[in-house]
Amino acid sequence: MFFERHRPLPRTLVFILMTAWKVLLGMGLLATPAVQAQGQAFKDDMAERTRACSACHGQQGRAGPDGYYPRLAGKPAGYLFNQLKNFQEGRRHYNLMTRLVDPLSDVYLQEIAEHFSQLKLPYPAAAQPLQRVSDGILKLGKQWAQEGNSKLGIPACNTCHGQQLTGIQPHVPGLLGLPLDYLNAQLGAWQTQQRKATAPDCMRHIVQQLTSEDLVAVATWLSTQNMPLNSSPAPKISEPLKAPWRCGSAPELYKAQP
Amino acid sequence: MMFPAYFWRSILVLWLALAGLLGTAVWVDNHQDAFASFPQAQSPMPHDTAMVAKGQQLLQLGNCMACHTQRGGPAGAGGRAFETPFGKVYSSNITPQIQDGLGLWNANDFWRALHYGKSKDGRLLTPVFPYQHTTLITRDDSDALFADLKTLPPAANSQAIPKPSDTLDWPYGTPVAIAVWRSLFFTPGTFASEPHQSAEWNRGAYLAQGLGHCAACHGPRNTWGALAAVNDFSGGLMPVLNWYAPSLTSLSQTGLATQSPHEIARFLKSGQNEQAVASGPMAEVVQNSTQHWPDADRLAVAVYLKDLSMQRQQAEPKASAASALSPLAKPSPKMISLGAKLYEQHCEQCHQQQGEGIAGAYPSLAQNRAVLLKDPTNLVQLVLYGGYPAATASHPRPFGMPPFILTLDDKDIAAVLTHIRTQWGHQASEVTPLQVNRIRALQNQ
Repeated sequence: MFFERHRPLPRTLVFILMTAWKVLLGMGLLATPAVQAQGQAFKDDMAERTRACSACHGQQGRAGPDGYYPRLAGKPAGYLFNQLKNFQEGRRHYNLMTRLVDPLSDVYLQEIAEHFSQLKLPYPAAAQPLQRVSDGILKLGKQWAQEGNSKLGIPACNTCHGQQLTGIQPHVPGLLGLPLDYLNAQLGAWQTQQRKATAPDCMRHIVQQLTSEDLVAVATWLSTQNMPLNSSPAPKISEPLKAPWRCGSAPELYKAQP
Repeated sequence: MMFPAYFWRSILVLWLALAGLLGTAVWVDNHQDAFASFPQAQSPMPHDTAMVAKGQQLLQLGNCMACHTQRGGPAGAGGRAFETPFGKVYSSNITPQIQDGLGLWNANDFWRALHYGKSKDGRLLTPVFPYQHTTLITRDDSDALFADLKTLPPAANSQAIPKPSDTLDWPYGTPVAIAVWRSLFFTPGTFASEPHQSAEWNRGAYLAQGLGHCAACHGPRNTWGALAAVNDFSGGLMPVLNWYAPSLTSLSQTGLATQSPHEIARFLKSGQNEQAVASGPMAEVVQNSTQHWPDADRLAVAVYLKDLSMQRQQAEPKASAASALSPLAKPSPKMISLGAKLYEQHCEQCHQQQGEGIAGAYPSLAQNRAVLLKDPTNLVQLVLYGGYPAATASHPRPFGMPPFILTLDDKDIAAVLTHIRTQWGHQASEVTPLQVNRIRALQNQ
């Protein structure tokens, strides 16, 4: 029979085709991780040197997934450097951070700060306020953020943190694009003096005049605000603020320059 | 059976006499300075710039400021807390501040502290101050140190420094306990140079045993926290801090015998060489102290330690070979595959497939002595907390390792450590989740 006579040929063909297919498939399967590894090949640059940072603070310092590891990308370099020094010198407390920065020099810490400050990444949309958050809380928070309390001499957040609350170069951080948990933890830490800044510590002075409710309100409002189109910190102010308070970590804000 | 009253009386008298004798012996032992003759202290010290410069160098050789400065506090003002198995001790103020510092001290008082371990007011210092080592410092060096300390800006700590008697657990902080400890474990001494060794060797020995106080970490301590000898560098687990300071004389732990003095000196200068990277407390020592040493002193210590290490190899070649062989790991197949998977996922990118690392950036794990140490404490510390090597003049921009405390659990860490201890021809012991758990728990205290 025609079929019987030619049977062995298609079998061989099928075998060859299957083998070729398997080899291709195998190569394809193996190729995926290999390509990935090549994509992240070693480069003698700052991204490689700051792997220890991005493990918690996310790729390129875009913030960690759980709300406690804030974004580093695009923050003012002076602010980031001050924070690294605060961990090193015991004004901020987080064992993991302290142990990492302990053996590093000021020059290198400055370079790390510059590296993250220059990374421009889009911000994710702000969180929606939780349902149980009342309008009253948001209103109170907005009031602190934009008006302050002139009677008590407490400035609004945007007096120092920029009109848009995106910070001011080179030392004042922006307050938007931060998770509620992080904001609450930081304001709470200032209240209990777990977090400090270089003396005179203006934030401590301000936070200590606010009640816990005020702090939660302002943190809640801030965490639900979307980033403006231009998320960069405002340029360095040309004239000091006409304000009586002094900040050791941002001496350029005070009218009488030291 | 009845004994007459005079028998009991004589027993009591005998005991009282014995106790009295022992007490007197301890008292005399702790007040040897009262019987020593001091040179007339020049007070105030003549302002001798050469002497101050020498003192400044000695201060760095001894890494004095690291302990006598609180994190973020004024230099030398003390107040840094030291956790010990016997309670806390806070370092004292060594600036010339009048109230808490050395403001009213003279050179004799300072010498008494270094050599006899006693404060100006006669208080017996706790051995957290390493006077087992500082007693070897020469009078000249003591005077130079003091001259330099006198030039520091007088500074006070923001909070009063608590006294050891208040912060140590009872009874360790009592004068009697400290006196007894000293009688048992401390004898004021002077450094005796070995005439048949070179001047360089002797300089190295003087520094390593005295000012440098290497054995304070690299030497084993007994139950009472005392060192057997200031020249015993056979390795020690640092209590509370929980890092293992490897033996400086063992082939398998540091292998100084196989390195040239220049290689060893380079480690002290830059915090790393081809053989090892300083991490944990040693990174701090390099950062604050050894990177600033004069080249000659680094080399002297290297020459001394290398020679000691070679002597040890010759004296007991069999013993060291036996101790190098740790029991073979027999991990379960599950742990083996978990370890391999985690290595590929978290470690391979930097340390590479064959554990060869990337030269100049990430250390090789293959044939790395730190990976093969019997005690896995340092490995667990490094995986939990990550870390950077010291930023030094020769390695100003080091590459770092991320912490894994938030991503890997005890079993994961045990598996991945067992993996690197059994790959690439390694035959080190298995790390168990229980070991990792114990080390992690100690860290959280």
